[in-house]
Amino acid sequence: MTEPLSSTLTSPLWSLGVEILVSLLIVIGAAFTCLGSVALLRLRDFYSRLHGPTKATTLGVGSLLIASSIFFSAQGPGLSLHEILVALFLFITAPVGAHLMAKAALHLRVRGQSGLPPDALLDGQGVAQPDPQAAPRPVPRPASRIDADPLRDAD
Amino acid sequence: MILPWALNIAFVLVSLALLLSLARLVIGPDKPDRILALDTLYVNTVALLVLLGIRLASNLYFEAALLIALFGFVGTVALSKYLTRGDIIE
Repeated sequence: MTEPLSSTLTSPLWSLGVEILVSLLIVIGAAFTCLGSVALLRLRDFYSRLHGPTKATTLGVGSLLIASSIFFSAQGPGLSLHEILVALFLFITAPVGAHLMAKAALHLRVRGQSGLPPDALLDGQGVAQPDPQAAPRPVPRPASRIDADPLRDAD
Repeated sequence: MILPWALNIAFVLVSLALLLSLARLVIGPDKPDRILALDTLYVNTVALLVLLGIRLASNLYFEAALLIALFGFVGTVALSKYLTRGDIIE
């Protein structure tokens, strides 16, 4: 498996500075990718976990793609721009996917550490105006509430 | 020869990231957690494919990386829409 790698390192544009730069970018990118998954495993509620991987992995994969672009540009006959396509696609779709996952979590009433907004907001009916004369009526809880699960508070 | 060492370290780190995401996919506890873990698995796979492309010095792996990124996004959107609306295509 070392054969293709060693044969490319004799290219005229390949110097020690480029090698150090590519190696640094690869290690930084892989470290950020790993950190994103550590955050996914270690953080406490879903909304924190949503934050970790969507930022760290786009930064990590972006760094890896920059390293790959420099590597193939230095060893090939021209600029290598395939990586820009992958990076552009990832950078566009990661926030959209995170937004949709957050909407799904709010719809399922997944509890965060700071509680949830009122039900009227979550169902998209605008801000409920409190009536000072009316007695506070209990909010009906849907049957599919995740926070009714007793196992949720165990961890 | 710094690059082979950097590539080995990076392979270990990205494989560790895949294992950690797999653990979150297994333990849940909610459905959106599993979708997020699946999305992270796809992104980590893209990173692993880019690393393999550098290791083998082959341009072939970018198309595969792009396709996997595309499938991951489609899967994330479909699962999230299913959880939100109860239907994928309305």
